[in-house]
Amino acid sequence: MAISFTLNGKPESVDVSPDMPLLWVLRDTLNMTGTKFGCGMALCGACTVHINGAATRSCITPISSVAGKKVTTIEGLSADGSHPVQKAWMAEDVPQCGYCQSGQIMSAVALLTKKANPSDADIDDAMSGNICRCGTYQRIRKAIHRAASEMTGKAHSAA
Amino acid sequence: MATASVVNRRDFLKKGAAGGAALVVGFHLSPRAFADQAKDQEEKTPNPFDAWVRITPDDHVTLVLGKSEMGQGVWTALPMILAEELSVDWKHVHVEQAPTNPKIYDLGTGGSGSVAGSWLPLRQAGAAAREMLIAAAAKRWEVGADTCKAKNGFVVHGHPERSFRFGELVADAAKLPIPNLNKVPLKNSDDFSIVGRDTHRLDTADKSSGKARFGIDSRVPGMLYAVIARCPVFEGKVASFDATKATAVPGVRDVFEIKTSGRGASTTGGVAVLADNSWAAIQGRKALEVTWEEGAAAKESSEELRNQFLANAGKPGGVLRNDGDANAVLEAASKKVEAVYELPFAAHVCMEPMNCTVDIRPDSAEAWVPSQGPQWAQAVVAEAAKLPPEKVTVHTTLMGGGFGRRYQADFVMEAAEVAKISGKPVMVLWTREDDMQHDFYRPASYHRLEGAVDGQGKLAAWKHFQSSTSIAAKWSQKGNDDPGLGEFGTGATIPYATPNIRIEYTLAHSSAPRAWWRSVEHSSSGFVMESFVDELAHAAGQDPLEFRLKLLGESRKIPQFGEGREDYHPLDTGRLKGVLALAADKAGWTRPLPKGQGRGIAGFYSFFSYVAAVAEVSASSSAFRVNRIVCAVDCGRAVNPNGVRAQVESAAIYALTATLKDAITVDRGRVVESNFNDYRMIRMNEAPPIEVYLVPSTEAPTGIGEPTVPVIAPAISNAIFSASGKRLRRLPIRKEDLA
Repeated sequence: MAISFTLNGKPESVDVSPDMPLLWVLRDTLNMTGTKFGCGMALCGACTVHINGAATRSCITPISSVAGKKVTTIEGLSADGSHPVQKAWMAEDVPQCGYCQSGQIMSAVALLTKKANPSDADIDDAMSGNICRCGTYQRIRKAIHRAASEMTGKAHSAA
Repeated sequence: MATASVVNRRDFLKKGAAGGAALVVGFHLSPRAFADQAKDQEEKTPNPFDAWVRITPDDHVTLVLGKSEMGQGVWTALPMILAEELSVDWKHVHVEQAPTNPKIYDLGTGGSGSVAGSWLPLRQAGAAAREMLIAAAAKRWEVGADTCKAKNGFVVHGHPERSFRFGELVADAAKLPIPNLNKVPLKNSDDFSIVGRDTHRLDTADKSSGKARFGIDSRVPGMLYAVIARCPVFEGKVASFDATKATAVPGVRDVFEIKTSGRGASTTGGVAVLADNSWAAIQGRKALEVTWEEGAAAKESSEELRNQFLANAGKPGGVLRNDGDANAVLEAASKKVEAVYELPFAAHVCMEPMNCTVDIRPDSAEAWVPSQGPQWAQAVVAEAAKLPPEKVTVHTTLMGGGFGRRYQADFVMEAAEVAKISGKPVMVLWTREDDMQHDFYRPASYHRLEGAVDGQGKLAAWKHFQSSTSIAAKWSQKGNDDPGLGEFGTGATIPYATPNIRIEYTLAHSSAPRAWWRSVEHSSSGFVMESFVDELAHAAGQDPLEFRLKLLGESRKIPQFGEGREDYHPLDTGRLKGVLALAADKAGWTRPLPKGQGRGIAGFYSFFSYVAAVAEVSASSSAFRVNRIVCAVDCGRAVNPNGVRAQVESAAIYALTATLKDAITVDRGRVVESNFNDYRMIRMNEAPPIEVYLVPSTEAPTGIGEPTVPVIAPAISNAIFSASGKRLRRLPIRKEDLA
């Protein structure tokens, strides 16, 4: 039976086993490989996407639970890598191997949506579910602060 | 091919391509090897416009890379070297992965050797291309080539200046004679405008947008996804299997047994479950019923291994080095220190689990491999497909981490076998559990150190006994080709002056696969030696930094023990002192800390680079926390200082995980840990600030991906001793050891 949801702003429908995790639907059924497989147990955060705006581990999210919801993946964050968090990632040269970074960025964006100006403790809380084996944590922290000031600055100028 | 006698990575480096084996070809990485490489180049001298540089008529510059990118930044540092000599505008540079062509590219990536080993060859290639462009322009202008010069993508001449774009010249230039690479003029380093500058990575945009394609992202029309049920016991085999339930899982297409063998295999094979997608394959494997023939290794355990270590330590080991008479001096010494250190197996844990996609057709094959050794991958697929290697196209993809794990071709072997039997393109995907339980682990080791300090505070004797599950024993055909020196690495080269040195080794037996884990043997040697020197300093009543600096003494060069050549990258005590002093200065070594806090220092020489770290910790008898790490590095000239700092930060966190988190343990012949819940990683909330300082240098670049690893554990354990008085001698550090 087809399951319908909104993917990166567009309607999407898939006919797969209802217990198939969203991660594999994205990667293998829809060939959207930006979201990564790391552990399959929601322990590493590499598969993080947004469901109705909340950072969610797609590797343990059955596709049936996504029906009717809004899913955003790294591919849907911006058309051209211009989201302030992506720009901050580039400015701080965050990625090394880069494999975990889709998940890191999705977690960081969700954090900044909730807290425009996160403290280091807020960053610890929001980001400790995402493992980076290359150890880019210090640069991730700097990039989040940079993106926060960029985004709040923009908000001021827009106001 | 993969049957050549392969001893260990040291020998890969030493022997280079001389081994003549496909396995070895990719591994001539060391600066020593590139003397031979330069000779080879003189013989073949590939046209740089075929091999390294593509310039389109509209000035689009593509530099071809013979090394694979696993996060270490070669996709930025190597083109910087080439672009510097070529004199192109960095903004116009793109990179492309080289195909497997051993006649031109040295594709093995590891040993912290990419920049070090490519420094001269890439400068020569870039300079040759530049000289050919200049010659082409000179010919058009009918002037002497020596009156023209290259700058920023143009060849210019005269006053007022006239110019040609490289794009206008490249068609002519590529047809000109190729300069002798050993005589081609290289730029004066004072004129460098790219090398030595903080440079943004070229792959960041793709890695921040989900566009970067890793091995696991390979998609081939008609492909299937496979997972393999492997015997959990080392070297165990499939006795029988029943695929009824597995094939009933929706999406599962096929179930069959595969066999893998040879020292390059991590297992004996297993039962492959092929499906339309990864999830169906994983579900199919869960439903599969397999009976295993566990074999003799089922008796092995970490406890049994420790008993071997204790028994081995009860008798003298094989003597690898004996200067003076350490035994007699230790016997007679009034101030003698003795200590035992232990390190467990460690897993690589790349964030991208192992995977490989292979398509075997009757007359050719194709493979998509996240590999540090694509030529080995090519040989493995060729053997499975019964094709000559040149009929196998290997696409070396980006790697989600490597750390030495992706030197191996075990996962390629599996994918080739599955693709061969299936007749379809197949990705073999490893789950996290597969990846953690079928790794090639950093050896477990046991060390007994003895040292004596004389009345003047000098080091009178140094004795180091080690027993380990050596890497050499895993890879040798006879059981153990290497008496153990490879397990010490630079640890057999004692930088601290003493006339009496004794190094002993005894092999311990294990069926666990072992191989090269980030910094290899240096990760244990660094911890053991730099902790023990600290113990000696305290025994002598001296400041640990002052004690080290005094023993390092006047700057002198110590030949690397066992290298057989005195001039082969000797350890320079002056440079080691330099990094120790710099780290101490930046950390504020003499500034007092509050009660309950402490500082520790360690310095080590590996991969021809010098790294020192100062750790600051808070520690009590029940808890501790790392508050700050300060690193100082001398890796010769830093091609991309931004990249060097990133590697030091990365290696520090990698080492911190091995220091503070979990061990890989063995029970009933199988690895106990299976995922991030029981083999935990350092996360954001535990990552201390890391400061990195570089020693300015005009020496040729040396390694940077690994040499920070060895100093982190000892800096932390020394800091804990300073804070709480508790000396920690086994890794990882356990809470109960603090009491």
